Amino acid sequence: MSDVTPRLAVQKTYKLYIGGRFPRSESGRSYQVSDATGRFLANAAMASRKDVRDAVVAARKAGPAWSGASAYNRGQVLYRVAEVLEGRRGQFVDEVVAAEGLSVGTATSLVAAVVDRWVWYAGWADKLAQVVGSSNPVAGPYFDFTVPEPTGVVGVVAPQSSSLLGLVSVLAPVIVTGNTAVLLASERRPLPAISLAEVLATSDVPAGVVNVLTGRTAELTPWLAAHMDVNALDLCGLTDTALAHAAEEAAADNLKRVLRPSTADPDGRAEPDWSAEPGLERMTAFIEHKTVWHPVGI
Amino acid sequence: MKFEYAPAPESRAIVDIKSSYGLFVGGEFVDPVDGHRFKTVNPATEEVLAEVSAAGPRDVDAAVQAARGAYTRTWQRMRGAERAKYLYRIARIMQERARELAVLESIDNGKPIRESRDVDVPLAAAHFFYYAGWADKLGYALSGREPRPLGVAGQVIPWNFPLLMLAWKVAPALAAGNTVVLKPAETTPLSALLFAEICQQADLPPGVVNIITGAGDTGRALVEHDGVDKVAFTGSTEVGKQIARSVAGSGKKVTLELGGKAANVVFDDAPIDQAVEGIVDGIFFNQGHVCCAGSRLLVQESVAEDVLSRLKYRLTTLRVGDPLDKNTDVGAINSAAQLERIRELSAVGEAEGAQRWSPPCELPERGYWFPPTVFTGVSQAHRIAREEIFGPVLSVLTFRTPAEAVDKANNSPYGLSAGVWTDKGSRILWMAQRLRAGVVWANTFNRFDPGSPFGGYQESGYGREGGRHGLEAYLQ
Repeated sequence: MSDVTPRLAVQKTYKLYIGGRFPRSESGRSYQVSDATGRFLANAAMASRKDVRDAVVAARKAGPAWSGASAYNRGQVLYRVAEVLEGRRGQFVDEVVAAEGLSVGTATSLVAAVVDRWVWYAGWADKLAQVVGSSNPVAGPYFDFTVPEPTGVVGVVAPQSSSLLGLVSVLAPVIVTGNTAVLLASERRPLPAISLAEVLATSDVPAGVVNVLTGRTAELTPWLAAHMDVNALDLCGLTDTALAHAAEEAAADNLKRVLRPSTADPDGRAEPDWSAEPGLERMTAFIEHKTVWHPVGI
Repeated sequence: MKFEYAPAPESRAIVDIKSSYGLFVGGEFVDPVDGHRFKTVNPATEEVLAEVSAAGPRDVDAAVQAARGAYTRTWQRMRGAERAKYLYRIARIMQERARELAVLESIDNGKPIRESRDVDVPLAAAHFFYYAGWADKLGYALSGREPRPLGVAGQVIPWNFPLLMLAWKVAPALAAGNTVVLKPAETTPLSALLFAEICQQADLPPGVVNIITGAGDTGRALVEHDGVDKVAFTGSTEVGKQIARSVAGSGKKVTLELGGKAANVVFDDAPIDQAVEGIVDGIFFNQGHVCCAGSRLLVQESVAEDVLSRLKYRLTTLRVGDPLDKNTDVGAINSAAQLERIRELSAVGEAEGAQRWSPPCELPERGYWFPPTVFTGVSQAHRIAREEIFGPVLSVLTFRTPAEAVDKANNSPYGLSAGVWTDKGSRILWMAQRLRAGVVWANTFNRFDPGSPFGGYQESGYGREGGRHGLEAYLQ
């Protein structure tokens, strides 16, 4: 007799992504994630302050090698992300449909745009310095040039609504220039971020360059904003203006560079149009310009 | 060997300091409405130079309104080519009145006339000349973005380079199509007030440049004013952080150029005599009142003794005294308060175990003076190795390997500037890549140019001044 029991699907445990590993929250907490219709999808890890700090340590540790890699190398790594993602488009279409309630057709073109965004940013790795750097004609016998360098560890609050395209659109510009990132995924739609972390973990992105936390945005943002070893913040995903204000204030304690939440509409609620070509802004927000002088003479 | 010089004082006759100054608002000098008066003194003699107005909240408001009016009615709508010509005019008048500006700057600030005459004033004029040329070329300045001005810029500048900092702030702001309200430092308002006259001579439309004098309260009122779209501040990291906090949530665009504790790294293969000149330039230029001063000397252990003995000899030849004397190398400390801070931190240096040395040097009886000072035996934990002293005080540390030099140089929350002295080209570039600082001077120090972006990493602030990058800070 054949077995008539239908096969039971193997469900994935969605964990954090810190230092190239997938740990649970040290707090042991998790929270329920539902799809757009309210159906239970999974229990996501609910990261704690300690997880934020562990992620910052991992990001700091990864900094020297990643920022010291050649721009050509970083470009290839980002392109590799696109390659690996391309082969897993189906999985991400399912995830985006579940998370955002899109039709399969819309989600399919959205995931294609995600792959293409990695390719777009990959190409910037070895070009940005030529566009934003300069040779400076000073009035004296000196050779003087200005080059962009990464700011360091960047805390990123990912968009709340666009769980994959928005996420990639804020993450790729941070790391392409050599920064390392601690990213807070969308609170209600965190699962695509963790699946993306699986792609990053298998795409030659060195451990610690990207760290992904899931949990309560309002709980985690203040710790990230006040952390003295974080150099910059992208507050994109903060829809609560009071929280954004407080984060910017906390950021002043060590003069973090702050990219404020987008103000696509007067309330600051709408997210940017993620389908549009990004421009340089999200890259240039997290670089420092270094000017070097040397005398000319014999 | 001791060189004797006859006094060679620059004449004060060229400047005409008024007994009292109003605020420059809407193209006119006006009396403060809710402010008060304070005095500015010559730090070399403690002589009162003039009475100046401290703008109160209503005065600040009037200045911001004037700037807003000029922005919407005139400046923003003017063709770039016309804005450019105003800036060229200002540059030319500054050159014409260069001697007057230099003497006034030295009297009010205490810096040697050699520096105000050869550095501050020519560079200030050059800044206007440089940014004038951008005013009608803004479309080429930003990659793929339409350049639009921000509106009214509230600008607060320090006392160490009063006119030059004014130029760094005002020139790019105006070129980009913004109007400004500028507050010079409390102890050095006079060159900014003379600049106001220059704006009148240039027929600059009223309200495009407004200059309000005062202390911290005035600056705070300006920075926090709702009508200000852009805040630009040069000064201490402490105040910079307060500003960053106060503008949080306001949407104002901000650039901050703050403190520093620059490492000046001397390797054993460096041309030692040139390096010694660079060390002197790095920390004793402008009495060490320089945010990017090379206040931490990191010298390779194998040459430390040689470098220090030559440095000490060189310091015995520095001439400290009358800022208006053309032979003076080191002038007066800008204020009693600053002198107190330098004394206090130097005392801490001794108390923490570093060895203090100054060349034999006679200081004038009146005025605020501090001799060039070198601390040896300094450790990285000493306060004089960590905190900005903002005076003629050098802390000397040693290192053995290039990696150790990088670690020590970067061991600071600041990141404004750094110096490297070595004959080996590849090592210069290797160091330059690793030093976390916005400006790296290799085999030179304290060089500035309008076309060269300047600004800090980390707690030395954000944004750049100078060059195309400096223009970006004033465009959307």
